[in-house]
Amino acid sequence: MFGFISRRLVMAVVVMFVVALISFTLFRFVGDPINQMVGIETTPEQREALRERLGLNDPIIVQFARFIMGALQFDFGNSYQFKQPVAELIGKRLPATLELSFVSALFALFVGVPMGVYTGLNRHSAISKLFLSVSLIGVSLPTFFIGILLIFVFSVHLQWLPSFGRGDVVALGGWWTTGFLTVSGLKALILPAITLGLFQMTLIMRLIRAEMLEVMRTDYIKFARARGLPSRSINFIHALKNTMVPVITITGLQLGSIIAFAIITETVFQWPGMGLLFLQAVQNVDIPIMAAYLMLTAFIFVTINLAVDILYVVIDPRLRTERSGL
Amino acid sequence: MSILEIRGLTVEFPGRKDTFVAARDINLSIEPGKILGVVGESGAGKSTVGNAVIGLLEHPGRLGAGEIFVHGERIDNLPAKRMRELRGKRIGMIFQDPLTSLDPLQTVEFQLVETMLEHLPISKGEAKQRAIDLLDQVGIPNPAERVKQYPHQFSGGMRQRVVIALALCAEPEVVIADEPTTALDVSIQAQILNLMKKLCAEKNVAMLVITHDMGVIAEITDHVAVMYRGNLVEYGESQQILGSPQHEYTKSLIAAVPRPDVRVHRFPQVDYIEGSAKPFKQIDIATHWLGQSRDYTPVDGALLSVDQIDMKFMTRNAWLPKNRQFFQALKKVSFDIKPGETFGLVGESGSGKSTVARVITGLYHPSAGTVTFAGQELTSLHDRRQVLAMRRQMQMIFQDPYSSLNARMRVKDIVAEPIKFHKLASTNSECFRIVDDLLDHVGLGSAAGKKYPHEFSGGQRQRISIARALATRPRFLICDEPTSALDVSIQAQILNLLKDLQDELGLTMLFISHDLAVIRQMCNRTGVMRFGELLEVQETEALFESPQADYTKELLGLMPSMDMLSRDNLEEEVA
Repeated sequence: MFGFISRRLVMAVVVMFVVALISFTLFRFVGDPINQMVGIETTPEQREALRERLGLNDPIIVQFARFIMGALQFDFGNSYQFKQPVAELIGKRLPATLELSFVSALFALFVGVPMGVYTGLNRHSAISKLFLSVSLIGVSLPTFFIGILLIFVFSVHLQWLPSFGRGDVVALGGWWTTGFLTVSGLKALILPAITLGLFQMTLIMRLIRAEMLEVMRTDYIKFARARGLPSRSINFIHALKNTMVPVITITGLQLGSIIAFAIITETVFQWPGMGLLFLQAVQNVDIPIMAAYLMLTAFIFVTINLAVDILYVVIDPRLRTERSGL
Repeated sequence: MSILEIRGLTVEFPGRKDTFVAARDINLSIEPGKILGVVGESGAGKSTVGNAVIGLLEHPGRLGAGEIFVHGERIDNLPAKRMRELRGKRIGMIFQDPLTSLDPLQTVEFQLVETMLEHLPISKGEAKQRAIDLLDQVGIPNPAERVKQYPHQFSGGMRQRVVIALALCAEPEVVIADEPTTALDVSIQAQILNLMKKLCAEKNVAMLVITHDMGVIAEITDHVAVMYRGNLVEYGESQQILGSPQHEYTKSLIAAVPRPDVRVHRFPQVDYIEGSAKPFKQIDIATHWLGQSRDYTPVDGALLSVDQIDMKFMTRNAWLPKNRQFFQALKKVSFDIKPGETFGLVGESGSGKSTVARVITGLYHPSAGTVTFAGQELTSLHDRRQVLAMRRQMQMIFQDPYSSLNARMRVKDIVAEPIKFHKLASTNSECFRIVDDLLDHVGLGSAAGKKYPHEFSGGQRQRISIARALATRPRFLICDEPTSALDVSIQAQILNLLKDLQDELGLTMLFISHDLAVIRQMCNRTGVMRFGELLEVQETEALFESPQADYTKELLGLMPSMDMLSRDNLEEEVA
């Protein structure tokens, strides 16, 4: 177990290193950073001085090492556009995105898994067919359209929920703001969380359904029935657990994309998260922000993948003995 | 008084157009401590009877008529909830494949304790202790330690013991065993059968054993019921039924069991099964494409010779060669096959028989040693044209007729593929004329060519495989367990077909099987394998009469005894 985790950790570090290399290359070679920082009226001498001060004349290796050292301390330099440290900018936006992603992931899991189990067990019931039809909408409609539809119904028409923003937030410590503690904050979360999580929810539901149908046909489920076990135990202890390995893989990857690519939802709901920041960075060629965002996204994916790998081993005992086999 | 009693049981599967009756008017009863065998071929409805008793008929099956009693209490009309409580508690069931009947993610202890707590009024601690006792009773060493393990940590035979423990853990009065040993090796089969017999007597349960294997019936049952197409055709004491069968079907079924004791020239066929052998156009081999222009260099001595073959598979990779771990699948295997001979390889699963076949056909490259075919060393061939020329001369027939044919191709395209690949026919129409003849010759009829593999039964698919193998006009045929997946009557037909083809075409064969009786009927000489080693090679008759290696003696001793089976009245039929 320890060997397994340490090997996975080494791989994770290698992946992060490669991403850092790409991110650094982006920063250093896509256009001249000096050109993007200063105005047209800056003299060549001033440019050269700035270049020297930023260390851009040092050998590439040294610059890369500096970039890595900086990245390790969350220091990605200053944003061209805002003239503020990138880490600070992202830090301000991160809580909003994380809270939104967290809620929508919970929504996807806690609605998607039971629906998947239900439709897998009662494949011919009317409710199953209704769930499947609704899930088809979730898969086929684009996110922005669902968002606008929800705003139209619940904000404009019924006026139950706000149509944009985070509502009132409470600052926790120096660097985290939360919307969980105020009514308006919670209300503001509902629509964007559903919009963001709907696709993942339908995906999880359909995946679990397909896996359940498969597992229910296996011999060990037949044998469990022949032993007279109650259906609660058969469905949840024996069947659901056996569907988990593929479900965890997909859910993990999806969770990564919820966090990293909440851009569309954040744009529709004017959610002050990282997605919006990234969009502005792209529009303004704000490379430090893009580089940092790339690193952060990679870090999130690598962490989730590591967690998924460890979960595999926790769930499936057959993977624990990979080294002792024949 | 009988524990299980089945009266007038009829099981129906309503379809869109008409209702299929899977079992019709079945009457059976079992006394405590006795074993009733239900025997029949696939589709006879024997599993349906078992499923009906435990109330787990596959959708949309239903009881059309009849009553089932356990200890005088009628159970077939119980509501679903009561029936569920009955399962495991009063009726236990053992399934065919021990590798798939246990939940892979839960420990053996969890599965045992869960079942016991459901049915028995005991505490969790008592249940855990009982779980250990049960494993001990079914003959698992170190039960206290092994109970904490997961199913994948047990071998196939041990898993079947766990399955038996699970079926018995709530002390049921009736146990249904559906093909309990079909997926196991002979030596394990003998152990499991003994265990079942012992437990049945000790715990005084009534056991219903469903099997297609006459050997199992002869070995453990007290009574036997013979089923044919949903009907109970004969029912009585095992000794009597096996010794002097009355019904025609029973007679031919017993006759079709390959005899381990005497070699007969042809396999007696189950004639009772109507419509199985329609006569097709027979081609005259002497003038036909299949028989002519066999442009092979004649050989003196051995056609195939395998010399000191070693085969290693890496089981653990490492950067340093010394840390790598290997599994030695073959250890210095050497044998020769003479032209026109059938050479048998026998052994249990994992003994390396199939690996030998794969090394000969070049699917695996041996770690050491050489394979020489018709004077040409195969292991050193690198030129693609030469390799193809060798491949054309040897063909293979695989065990599983379901997965060895491409389901998306028509049968005629499957058979034509090797002809086209090796460019053996000059035109397309000639090629398909040959395919038609081949399909006729293997007893399928040329009309079969337009169909897809799924439209055929297992035996018919195996005929397609044979036609495909013959399509390159090979002189060497490797049959890897060609009949293991087939019913005994179908097995007889396929083996006869292989024998006929061999006589007509002068084929040389390597015949791999775990079934000693089949080996005795098919092979001139036979090698016995174990753990990757070839223990002995002898003339088949000599091997059976005076085995040299201890392991061979052990294997021969483990064959289910067929003494009970009536052979007297069959001698005439065969003769």
